[in-house]
Amino acid sequence: MKRVYVNEKWCLGCHLCEYYCAFTQTDKTDMAYALRGRKIFPMISVEDSGAVHFAVNCRHCAEPLCVKGCITGALSIQDGVVRLDQERCIGCFTCILSCPYGAISPAEDGHAVQKCELCLSTNEGVPQCVKNCPNAAIVFEDRG
Amino acid sequence: MKYVIIGNSAAGIGCVEGIRQTDKDSEIIIISDEPYHTYSRPLISYLLCGKTNEQAMKYRGDSFYTENNVTLLAPERAASIDVSGKTVLLESGKTIPYDKLLIGTGSSPLIPPMNGLDTVTNKFTFMSLDDAKALERVLEADRRVLIIGAGLIGLKCAEGIMDRVKSIEAVDLAPRVLSSILDDTGAGIIQRHLEKKGLIFHLNQRVDMFDKNRAILKDGAHIQFDILILAVGVRPSVGLVKDAGGEIGRAIKINAQMETSLSDVYAAGDCTESLDVSSRENKVMALLPNAYMQGECAGVNMAGGSKAFDNAIPLNAIGFLGSHVLTAGTYAGEVHTEYSGKIYKKFFCADNRLSGFILIDCVEKAGIYTNLVRTRTPLDTLDTELLFRRPGLIAFMGVERKAMLGGVR
Amino acid sequence: MAAFDFYPDYEVVRNLDRCIVCRVCERQCANGVHSCLEEKNVMLADDSQCVDCQRCVLLCPTRALKIVKSDNTYKQNDNWGKKAINELIIQASTGSVLLSSMGNPETYPIYFDKLVINASQVTNPSIDPLREPMETRVYLGAKPAAVERDDRGRIKNNLPPQLKLSMPMMFSAMSYGSISYNAHESLARAAAELGIYYNTGEGGLHEDFYRYGANTIVQVASGRFGVHKDYLNAGSAIEIKMGQGAKPGIGGHLPGRKIVADVSRTRMTPEGADAISPAPHHDIYSIEDLSQLVYSLKEATEYKKPVIVKIAAVHNVAAIASGIARSGADIISIDGFRGGTGAAPTRIRDNVGIPIELALASVDSRLRNEGIRDRVSVVVSGGIRSSADVVKAIALGADCVYLGTAALLALGCHLCRACQAGKCNWGIATQELELVKRLNPDIGYKRLINLMRAWKHEIEEMMGGMGINSIESLKGNRLMLRGVGLNEKELEVLGVKHAGQ
Repeated sequence: MKRVYVNEKWCLGCHLCEYYCAFTQTDKTDMAYALRGRKIFPMISVEDSGAVHFAVNCRHCAEPLCVKGCITGALSIQDGVVRLDQERCIGCFTCILSCPYGAISPAEDGHAVQKCELCLSTNEGVPQCVKNCPNAAIVFEDRG
Repeated sequence: MKYVIIGNSAAGIGCVEGIRQTDKDSEIIIISDEPYHTYSRPLISYLLCGKTNEQAMKYRGDSFYTENNVTLLAPERAASIDVSGKTVLLESGKTIPYDKLLIGTGSSPLIPPMNGLDTVTNKFTFMSLDDAKALERVLEADRRVLIIGAGLIGLKCAEGIMDRVKSIEAVDLAPRVLSSILDDTGAGIIQRHLEKKGLIFHLNQRVDMFDKNRAILKDGAHIQFDILILAVGVRPSVGLVKDAGGEIGRAIKINAQMETSLSDVYAAGDCTESLDVSSRENKVMALLPNAYMQGECAGVNMAGGSKAFDNAIPLNAIGFLGSHVLTAGTYAGEVHTEYSGKIYKKFFCADNRLSGFILIDCVEKAGIYTNLVRTRTPLDTLDTELLFRRPGLIAFMGVERKAMLGGVR
Repeated sequence: MAAFDFYPDYEVVRNLDRCIVCRVCERQCANGVHSCLEEKNVMLADDSQCVDCQRCVLLCPTRALKIVKSDNTYKQNDNWGKKAINELIIQASTGSVLLSSMGNPETYPIYFDKLVINASQVTNPSIDPLREPMETRVYLGAKPAAVERDDRGRIKNNLPPQLKLSMPMMFSAMSYGSISYNAHESLARAAAELGIYYNTGEGGLHEDFYRYGANTIVQVASGRFGVHKDYLNAGSAIEIKMGQGAKPGIGGHLPGRKIVADVSRTRMTPEGADAISPAPHHDIYSIEDLSQLVYSLKEATEYKKPVIVKIAAVHNVAAIASGIARSGADIISIDGFRGGTGAAPTRIRDNVGIPIELALASVDSRLRNEGIRDRVSVVVSGGIRSSADVVKAIALGADCVYLGTAALLALGCHLCRACQAGKCNWGIATQELELVKRLNPDIGYKRLINLMRAWKHEIEEMMGGMGINSIESLKGNRLMLRGVGLNEKELEVLGVKHAGQ
């Protein structure tokens, strides 16, 4: 299955992926209109320390601790993708406590969580973080 | 192959999904004493405050049983198991044969003997959907509630009914709230937070006696109440295995493959005790994630696969009226604390390992800490100073990070 | 004196209606132009630090930024222009030689733009390159004057070593040190895939790139940095650098801060110490001396590799080229005054040397007149901006062109001409790891390949239009060119007729 991989060697720490991720979650067509004056809640996050930068989002683990630990059944695996049914999530954060990558975060309103679902809803075939990475540091590949 | 599962909650559902990883066809029977589709027990408090409903709190979708070729026998109660004959006898008199059996009977509320308890009319426990429904029927805006027990169940119940009753008071023997998962400072934070929301605590206290709508405390104080909720604790439901001669400690003893001492009988969930790798002790870890993972592990093994669940740790993620408490592992060893007034972090390190932690209102990336506890990662391979300040994979060595992010785990 | 030397030349214009304070501009500017006033959640800019590299403009996800030329003006003066005044002010305040980079940006004539290309009409029909074969392959190296036969009458193989190129373009010398590891990797991989060559420049060859040797030209310059036997044998040809179009007559100076560990090892010079290339080769004072070096290098490589001599285009370039052709060199490379550099004194860059079009025409004419044109191939560089320039250069007599600036542009360079500062925001002319990583060779080499393929198609189209189906038939075919708006003397030097003639 294709997953998002981040090549730390090429990650510039520009954080554009976070903004494109946040933009994709809105229903707006213009990023400035969508995000100006707002705090963003991206599902991918860049970690920086000196010259080291890398973005992290859901690894879509084969044995996801978040799904197994989800107390409501809101998280599930569908066709290899770890999906979240936000309607069923009550924001207990067990998944946040379970994810070894820190890839799940509270949603904007704090009453549920959010996570990367590979931009399946955009139907573009490639996640926006991958598409908009200026240095091809984030790739969408099948590595088995 | 014929699989029988006693219990329709997380362990049982995990078991079904474990079995179905390898055995797609054989019949699975679930015996449940509750007349419901599988639901998430921790959601009963959310049900009372209207954040969920009976449909949304289903632990798996409506088509779960048909999709997985599961026959649900409910409400039916298992009376005993015959290990040599490989049958389960139901209280209704039916006999269910099995090849592999999972005990996922969970636990039941502990009701300690208390003077005058029988004089109280509106008394409830708070574990099951039926408990919640019973409580629901008596909730009125002018009712005063007394909760015995300021632990997880008691406080979640309080949160659930807070806006629907006049007042809530809680009595606990322990000197602090959530005494099983929090230290004094952390408990103080949560206690003050809940007191601001209107809860009244009587800690280091116990009820000497009930007299109808009145509780008389150890120090002589009286509390008037209309509804009594008993949330003192739970008792693992081990009877079936115990009566069949299986080995019982604090609960049903299981190994890493979830096998009990009885052949072809597995157990998972709140009715079991197993190894907590963070303390290296056998414990009853009555937590939903563990129940699921134990059930799943049992299911895989029951279906002829090979799986060990050998890195269980205590794990609690719980919110109280906007405040979030995350804890994991064991509270032993050298302590690193950070308390800024807004957030509270406490880490316990021993033998170059993170043995446990408490986080209040700083949930970000907390799973990175949990993973360290669970996998017993040597701390000297990490930038712990950075890590304790802010969780991130940046604290790992580059090669380790590459292994984590570069491939599939 | 005043608080500031002068008002910044470029201004950062931020459209606050579009700025989402994502801070990409701030993170991506190595010059520290952008900053965030966090308590107000607004971005600020220090225009004085801006070099107009366009990095922030192009990474801004909402297109909230642009850089504009300041309209602050001095009092109108056609003699003392703004540039002249500002440069003088800098020197008055620092006492230093002015440094610049990339090619001469001044308003000298661009002869390529005054030459137009022919096309067939009615007679000698044009060729459709999509239907007919079109030969763009070229071989660089000395060609034998005549067929020789042995005593039994069999043809002797007297062909000196050649470089075989799939198209008449190569990447010119840019040293590892002046440009980054990732830039070199991009060039090397592109050259390998395209079947052409890139040139190490004078900084030696990084050990990682020996595997691209079949597509590498190794350079030997006056500093002899990184030169050793394995290096000489690693490439497919050796280039002796006598001069460079951007700074004829002077040597090179790579500042110590660019000599990081890897660069130091590759150059065989101390880490952190400035690497100075002397103005002359201290062992070359005549064509005879040059000849000695040419043959020394041939000896060292068993006469298996062609030797290139690179010179800057200067006033008596034709005579110099004639001497080089007689020195034993196989290829002459001539670099015009528009040629780029990682650092050069501004006055030299902007005032020394001549246009490559004129130099090329006069060299080609001179070598033909002397009957030695076949002894050498001629490669030109310094001002090739498009496939049309390539066609014009070949028609003027070049065998091939070297592309430097064009290749860098493909890699992301926006010609801000601040290479000398070593803080290239595009990861090209820098050794700072944080900046170097901005050029991902996986992207870079593909862009170079794209560019070369596009130009090759265009060259084929122009050739086809002229009814020419091979580069060999275009070479020196000045009838295919006409001048527009050139005077008699210029036409004479270029050896072309005026349009309409």
